[in-house]
Amino acid sequence: MSHAILTATASDLGRRIAARELTAVEVARAFLDQIERTNAEVNSFLHVDTEGALAQAAAVDARLDAGEALGPLAGVPVAVKDLFCQEGVPTTASSRILEGWRPPYSSTIVQRLLDAGLVLLGKTNLDEFAMGSSTETSAFGPTHNPWDLTRVPGGSGGGSAAALAAFQAPLAIGTDTGGSIRQPASVTGTVGVKPTYGAASRYGVIAMASSLDQPGPCARTVLDAALLHEVMCGHDPMDSTSIDAPVPPVVDAARSGDISGLRVGVVKELGGEGYEPGVEQRFREALALLEGAGAEIVEVSCPNFAYGLGAYYLIMPSEVSSNLARYDGMRYGLRVGDDGVRGTEEVMATTRAVGFGDEVKRRIILGTYALSSGYYDAFYGSAQKVRTLISRDFDAAFEQADVLVSPSTPFTAFGIGEKLSDPLAMYKSDLCTIPTNMAGNTAGSFPCGLSPDDGLPVGVQVMAPPLADDRVYRFGAALERLYAERDGGLLTDRIAERWTQEA
Amino acid sequence: MDELMDYDDAMAAYDPVLGMEVHVELNTASKMFCGCDNSPGGEPNTKTCPVCLGLPGSLPVVNGKAVESAIRIGLALNCQVAPWCRFARKNYFYPDMTKNFQTSQYDEPICFDGHLNLEVDGRTYRIEIERVHMEEDAGKLTHAGSTGRIHGAEYSLVDYNRAGTPLMEIVTKPIRGLGEHAPAVGRAYMAHLRELMRALDVSDARMEAGNMRCDANVSLMPKGSDELGTRTETKNVNSLRSVEGALRYEIQRQGAILAGGGRVHQETRHWHEEGWTSPGRSKEEAEDYRYFPEPDLVPVAPSRAWVEELRATLPEPPAQRRARLQEAWGFTDLEMRDVVGNEGSLDLIAATVAAGATPAAARKWWLGELSRRANEAGVDLSGLGVTPAQVADVQALVDAGTVNDKLARQVFDGVLAGEGSPAEVVEGRGLAVVSDDGALGAAVDAAIAANPDVAQKIRDGKVQAAGALIGQVMKAMRGKADAARVRAILLEKLA
Repeated sequence: MSHAILTATASDLGRRIAARELTAVEVARAFLDQIERTNAEVNSFLHVDTEGALAQAAAVDARLDAGEALGPLAGVPVAVKDLFCQEGVPTTASSRILEGWRPPYSSTIVQRLLDAGLVLLGKTNLDEFAMGSSTETSAFGPTHNPWDLTRVPGGSGGGSAAALAAFQAPLAIGTDTGGSIRQPASVTGTVGVKPTYGAASRYGVIAMASSLDQPGPCARTVLDAALLHEVMCGHDPMDSTSIDAPVPPVVDAARSGDISGLRVGVVKELGGEGYEPGVEQRFREALALLEGAGAEIVEVSCPNFAYGLGAYYLIMPSEVSSNLARYDGMRYGLRVGDDGVRGTEEVMATTRAVGFGDEVKRRIILGTYALSSGYYDAFYGSAQKVRTLISRDFDAAFEQADVLVSPSTPFTAFGIGEKLSDPLAMYKSDLCTIPTNMAGNTAGSFPCGLSPDDGLPVGVQVMAPPLADDRVYRFGAALERLYAERDGGLLTDRIAERWTQEA
Repeated sequence: MDELMDYDDAMAAYDPVLGMEVHVELNTASKMFCGCDNSPGGEPNTKTCPVCLGLPGSLPVVNGKAVESAIRIGLALNCQVAPWCRFARKNYFYPDMTKNFQTSQYDEPICFDGHLNLEVDGRTYRIEIERVHMEEDAGKLTHAGSTGRIHGAEYSLVDYNRAGTPLMEIVTKPIRGLGEHAPAVGRAYMAHLRELMRALDVSDARMEAGNMRCDANVSLMPKGSDELGTRTETKNVNSLRSVEGALRYEIQRQGAILAGGGRVHQETRHWHEEGWTSPGRSKEEAEDYRYFPEPDLVPVAPSRAWVEELRATLPEPPAQRRARLQEAWGFTDLEMRDVVGNEGSLDLIAATVAAGATPAAARKWWLGELSRRANEAGVDLSGLGVTPAQVADVQALVDAGTVNDKLARQVFDGVLAGEGSPAEVVEGRGLAVVSDDGALGAAVDAAIAANPDVAQKIRDGKVQAAGALIGQVMKAMRGKADAARVRAILLEKLA
């Protein structure tokens, strides 16, 4: 019974809870038990809110028993990346500097999840302040990829992706600044979507780079991601950059998956050198499947994408250097060196020296330098111009195609420790995903089989224009159906037995 | 102690150039970027929320009313209003800042290129305004220890109630050609801004409360030179008198340095109320604030239509209004100077006149009896608790002969004690003057009977002796008799 709950889709669980075939409490218990059984191996959860989750589940059961009609995900558990503030629940951003901090308020998205009756299981691991592509920069140890525990689950949202792949949760939420939802989805064989910038509120989400950060849904199926997308997104007056427009019909698109007659643009620049042959092979197969389903494949060129990574590593650290200035030990979190002798500045400096890890410090220093007087125009100013050029490349490409596609990441899950000492190699994980953050449009990563090189998941990225999030889901649903027809199910089905046999 | 040059000698050798940076706290209901109560005071850290505390994940939202105030200030200073502008982050670490950056404006201020004309001792000076920009105030630090400064403090307390208060920074272009009048013009500029902020009703503009804070920049140019000298910036000069004093002091200090062949250090300086300045941070090792556009906010783009709507709400310029009222009220220059010099009295007199009193009567009450009471109570005239309508009512009672001036003061006692309207106080306290001939006649008869000698003198033609008997009658009637009527009855009876 428990096994069946763990492997069920979120939409199915929601339907059965609404029909009172299952109670929200028994579903929550099944996942809480699974986390307890498996978290030592995976380290996907930093904090499990057993008490809170069971209370939320019981409340949903009471409302449903009273005949109240709730949303399609009422009673369905969700894992929350530990970057979202949740009132009273430890929120660390995987950093020592926030260890033990319990926010006095909830992020808009956490509140929306609670309002929709979702059950929040706990907080998932991430790279420290979401800075990384492997979840290894977490101050609380790396998360392990459920496909191969010696490998990384991607990052920064490796905890959320691994929780899905290890059947610890049917849904998870993440944030995507340069690929932190899509790249982990890709290397764990799950689904992850970065909505259009401004679609999901950033209020209460610990900031990395304000102009790039965007929360989004993570799931094992496209429909589940779309249902979660619908709960998460919508205008929020507390976020000035929030879009005041209706949420695109993502659920309808995910149910339809009809792509006949639509044009798919293959971005010429996102492939070739540096891309694993197995990744490129699976990507070409995905194109063939889409073509077979009636889509028209065209090649497009986005020449300025080549400057994306460089520009990203100026804008993102610049914003990081300012956004992370508040962690100074004065008001909350860690304080080191307050011995009655050291002055304020020294306590601040000591706290930050002890509280931040290497990657965070690297980016703060980079950003501080890029914004410095005399360097601003050459670095930050030029990078903003590149950003405009990338947007223009997208605009031109979307004249020729309804969606653009690429591999989600150039390589499959790498070994834990393999790229940690080589930041540039690590940064290349996000080569394909960064342009979308720079331009503010939307993209998702969907499974497209296992690489013949190493037997690990490969993802295909679907990019769409701003506010056309439904197109991402339409193509995601098409791919999911095409692979299911070919392979007989979801990619994650292949490790379901491994992770749920003891349940 | 600094060596100072004689002021007149300094003026003979150098031309001072001023630059004024004034911070004005707005009186909006809520803070600049969150919904917290923006009223001053309160228990420390009670008027705060995740946004103004800069908690992880919190985001700012611009207060539309503050933008409106900024535009109105800009328009009143004859500025251009930017069709599109952004906020910027000014990055530096200080514990009174919750985010370790101040959300401010940098190279895209909301208002720019304005001017105002200042009349000082019969001469008019044109002051060019460089910019008006929006930002947020920081929290308040209290340092425990002997120095009162953060260095060497035993510990420091911080109150973030003020963090996020909307702050407007008004910056002039360099002001030249003031000569010896520079300190007086600096002072007059502050007085002008204060009056303007109040007329616009955008700030309480109380310098002593820190609602308006001035950083006064001054440098000296050798006479005949056209090259600006090195300036100093004296921070947080918080009264009109201090503005004048600080400018004068810096002119004398810099004059002594230059005359001795020295070099003025570009630095900030602190003003001490005892009348001197001391060096603060050196600008030559100034911090790099790493300004960049605030990514958490969208640009502010006031429409032309809105700007014109706001222009239509501008009050009459204070100087023009003063001239108009002086003319209408028929006050002499001296009388008008008293009115202007008594803070708040101009508006109170205008309101009292509007409520029906004559200008002379309104002035008499507000600058006389009521100013005295305000001084005693240590409050502003406007904070005394008497309304212009009540003053007009009291004057109407005097004009009708219901009370005399002396009784009117008791009416104010009653009004201040919360006994109701002036008419109700007269009724409740039985203060009305008695002018009924029957009652007065009886009292006069009693006085004559009690003082036959005095009565006889009056009968004998010594009319000046009547005062004594009138006094007797007034005393017997506890001041509530109509003195003129008493005199008439008395003289009639003793004719």
